[in-house]
Amino acid sequence: QLPTGLYKKVLVILHDSVLPYMNEPTLMMDFLTVAYGVGGAISLLALNGLFILIHQHNLEYPDFYKKLYSLLDPSIYHVKYRARFFHLTDLFLSSSHLPAYLVAAFAKRLARLALTAPPEALLMLIPFLCNLLRRHPACMVLLHRPGGPAAMSEDPYIMEEEEPSESRALESSLWEIQSLQNHYHPEVAKAAAVLNQSLSEMEDDISGLLELSAYELFDKEVKKKAADVPLEFEQIRGLFGKKNDIFAEHFSLD
Amino acid sequence: SNPFEVKVNRQKFDILGRKTKNDVGLPGVSRSKAIKKRNQTLLKEYKEREKTNVFKDKRFGEYNTKITPEEKMIRRFTLERQQNYGKKNIYNLNEDEELTHYGQSLAEIEKLNDIVDSDSDTEERGTLSAELTAAHFGGGGGLLRKKVSSEQQDEEEEKPKSRKELLEEMIAKSKQEKQERQTRRESALELTEKLDKDWKEIQTLIARKPPKSERKDKEAEKPKPDEYDMIVRELGFEMKAKPSERMKTEEELAKEEQARLQKLEADRLRRMRGIDEQANKKRASHVSADDLADGFILDKDDRRLLSYKDGKINIGNEEEGEGEEEEEEEGEKEDNENEEESEEESVSEDEEDDDAADSHSDLESDLESEEEAAGNKEENKHETKENESQNVEELDPKREAAKSELPYTFAAPESYETFKSLLTGRTIEQQLTILERIQKCNHPSLAVGNKAKLEKLFGFLLEYIGELATLDSPELRTIDKLVLPLYNLCQMFPEAASDSIKFILRDAAHDLEEAIEVKGRAPFPALDTLIYLKIISLLFPTSDFWHPVVTPAFMYMSQLLTKCRITTLQDVIKGLFICCLFLEYVSLSRRFVPELINFLLGVLHISLPKNQAQGYTVVHPFTPAGKNSELLLVCDKEDLESWEKQNLPLSIVTRLKETSRTELNHIRLSCLALCFDLIKKCAALYESLPSFHEIMHPIKKLLTQHMPVNEYPEKMQEWYHSAVKELENKVKHYTPLIREKKKPVPLKQYTPKIVKVLEFGRKQAGSKKEQERKQLIQRHKRELKGAIREIRKDNQFLARMQLSEIMERDSARKRKVKELLGSLATQEGEWKAMKRKKWKN
Repeated sequence: QLPTGLYKKVLVILHDSVLPYMNEPTLMMDFLTVAYGVGGAISLLALNGLFILIHQHNLEYPDFYKKLYSLLDPSIYHVKYRARFFHLTDLFLSSSHLPAYLVAAFAKRLARLALTAPPEALLMLIPFLCNLLRRHPACMVLLHRPGGPAAMSEDPYIMEEEEPSESRALESSLWEIQSLQNHYHPEVAKAAAVLNQSLSEMEDDISGLLELSAYELFDKEVKKKAADVPLEFEQIRGLFGKKNDIFAEHFSLD
Repeated sequence: SNPFEVKVNRQKFDILGRKTKNDVGLPGVSRSKAIKKRNQTLLKEYKEREKTNVFKDKRFGEYNTKITPEEKMIRRFTLERQQNYGKKNIYNLNEDEELTHYGQSLAEIEKLNDIVDSDSDTEERGTLSAELTAAHFGGGGGLLRKKVSSEQQDEEEEKPKSRKELLEEMIAKSKQEKQERQTRRESALELTEKLDKDWKEIQTLIARKPPKSERKDKEAEKPKPDEYDMIVRELGFEMKAKPSERMKTEEELAKEEQARLQKLEADRLRRMRGIDEQANKKRASHVSADDLADGFILDKDDRRLLSYKDGKINIGNEEEGEGEEEEEEEGEKEDNENEEESEEESVSEDEEDDDAADSHSDLESDLESEEEAAGNKEENKHETKENESQNVEELDPKREAAKSELPYTFAAPESYETFKSLLTGRTIEQQLTILERIQKCNHPSLAVGNKAKLEKLFGFLLEYIGELATLDSPELRTIDKLVLPLYNLCQMFPEAASDSIKFILRDAAHDLEEAIEVKGRAPFPALDTLIYLKIISLLFPTSDFWHPVVTPAFMYMSQLLTKCRITTLQDVIKGLFICCLFLEYVSLSRRFVPELINFLLGVLHISLPKNQAQGYTVVHPFTPAGKNSELLLVCDKEDLESWEKQNLPLSIVTRLKETSRTELNHIRLSCLALCFDLIKKCAALYESLPSFHEIMHPIKKLLTQHMPVNEYPEKMQEWYHSAVKELENKVKHYTPLIREKKKPVPLKQYTPKIVKVLEFGRKQAGSKKEQERKQLIQRHKRELKGAIREIRKDNQFLARMQLSEIMERDSARKRKVKELLGSLATQEGEWKAMKRKKWKN
């Protein structure tokens, strides 16, 4: 009904400047449900108001988790509302009464999507997944499956499946995180390497990582003081003079 | 001192080599010392505790240590005199009166006294001394008598002579002696000089005079030296053959070079894996039972499988070893190249040495001709180098003529403007020679400040390169050459180089961030930033797990690929350039770069026509359907036909020259071909990742399902098929994750820990820093204890003082009470006595 820009603006302020002052917040129910069904960023934003209704006003929302599951797509790591979304997701998934298949499906999907994420999102996501697995020890098979088959030809997890219970996430493993151990960013690689060891009991605090921006990360790296600076030992011959230089194949200096 | 006052700390065991300070203590002495000190300080304070009067010392310069005591006295005296000047003492009545004698002032007469004394011999001129008369006129007995008399006289004289006179006499005597000695020495000197002169005169005569015959005779007279003797002498005096370093054969040199490269490569690998050196050390410190304690540690990382091929040692990376035959061949090629390089390097090093020597001679000698010769040499060498590498043909005489204008010494430029003015308007070769000469003239070993100058030079050069790149028609060929001196400077001063590059990166990232904050989107940076990023990969090892320069560069490039909007064809080229950079950065370490895959997917996406059913999602800078999609789409059949793969010239990044549709389309197709190639390279790079197929899934889907392959020219189809082939023939292989087994924690054992004792009386454990820290803690503890003890003693002392005061007061009161009582008693007594008397009466 509303133009997208306005929709977003309304949804951003709804939860803390509109809902608390309404006599009948339940009146917003229909609006939020529709917004939640729109998809994309608007769904993400509607989540916040919806949460308040569920939490404080006994709103029953059928297939809430399924909907949330379907909201996960590659763009969640790139949009502006990443921090807000992950904060809420963390809240929703903090219940220890959730079935293991659901949590495993979420973890697997988030990990799969992480293969396209920028480092600042990865730094937040990996502790997030760790927390998830800590809360639900039944999902530890994603990291540690001692008596499993020796080798598989396919990842059993089905990415395209809408229904979390059908996604066969519990039969899979988090190979994506293993791949991220080879990430170019040293912090990400280190964080991913944590999964090789058994997890500690304490949950990580991710509230500080939610708002992490790429520029902050860059700044942190630049300000690090190095004891010594290793140098390239291969003698150079020119701008594109390295051996097997990709540039020499495709670019010219004209 | 008194043995009863000495306290001896008896030691239970004598330990060799231990020095103890506190064998013997003197408790009485130290206690009295402490009390005395407290009396002087604490007691004083205590007594003056409620007094506000302060004793001020106003003596001039009393606490000024800069003035010597004598000077202090003098100045005090002058001050005193100044104060007293003009004041008249009322009690001194005749201060102004002058005392006279015969009309002359007495003061003057006193002054003249000395002169009168000196004239005294004139008065005595006529008289003869008793001694003289006795000697001359006393006759034979005179002498005897004289002796006696002289003795007597002496005695007589001695008696009245005071001590002072005696002393004066002695002084006079010693002075005389001294003078005599001096004169003697002078005369001796004169004599020797004279002798020398004479000898010189004679010597010339001797040297010339003796005729040949005489000499021969003399030689004949001498016994002819034996041949044996001569040989012995010769052998004796001959320089002993010292064992010098053997000249190395080429093979050995090559071997050494290889070993060096191997070591460097091992270092690189270690850094790439991000193994901390501390961790290494820790591991090394674990000592097995079989350890011989000879310090020999087998370093696992440095070990490499040796393989021989065609009689040559084949060194390749482990990754390369894993690969297929092709790669092995490549490795071999690389080896050959390595060897060539090593040879080249050694040659160039030699050259450098020569050059260095030349430069020194330049500096020492002012002869221009020499300098010119040296300069020419350098240039020639340079030419040969360049000719070898790039086959640049130029006319010799012309260049030499141009170069003869260049001065031979350059001061290091202090500002960027002067640096720029040095280089602008020169040819590439000239610029290179200028840079080389600046480096040589300001070599850090020549003067103290040169290091800073050359470090600055690095920054200037970098800035200059940036400026060249931002020109309307970027002088990339010049930059290509200027990179060499940049590399050399970087090798000399890695810290400064990394700092200046980091500075540039920070600036660039800051600009980007600002643009995003203000406008919400940012354009791709200009060509200079791209060139900088490329230079980083040349100067620093990009495979390190963490590197002070490379890691920020990674971050920056990642931001560029995710944040920058793509609106024009140039943006696509820039993005692809950055993709190439990413690939180059991770080519050795094979690290995973999600942004790279995303971007390549996006580029493929914009080469497709709109509105297709998608099985993939593109992320941020690209949108599934927007105004900038179809940026790379080429529909024109003719252009498709006429396309041929061409290398993209970098200059179009700043300025798009080709305005015709056909050429634009050709560039688009070249971009697409580049993209295919990059995908192929990515696939080769990431095949070992466990989720390789998931990573490549969207690209594969797009390539196989949406690409209009058949419309493309044949060449393009080749690129396409090679990429798809690379993607598809990877085996799917998943093994369930299993955590690393924890090492069981060993049981605690009670065997004693044996530590080597290197120095007695000092704690061993820990590094130097740790030791220092411990020492500081210990010292602090000791000081604290001492301070507490002192405070306690002070309190005791004060309490004692207060007690004694109270006692004194009490006793005084008692005494007074007694006195009063006494006086009262006597009064009473007297009164009673009076009463009794009355009674009697």
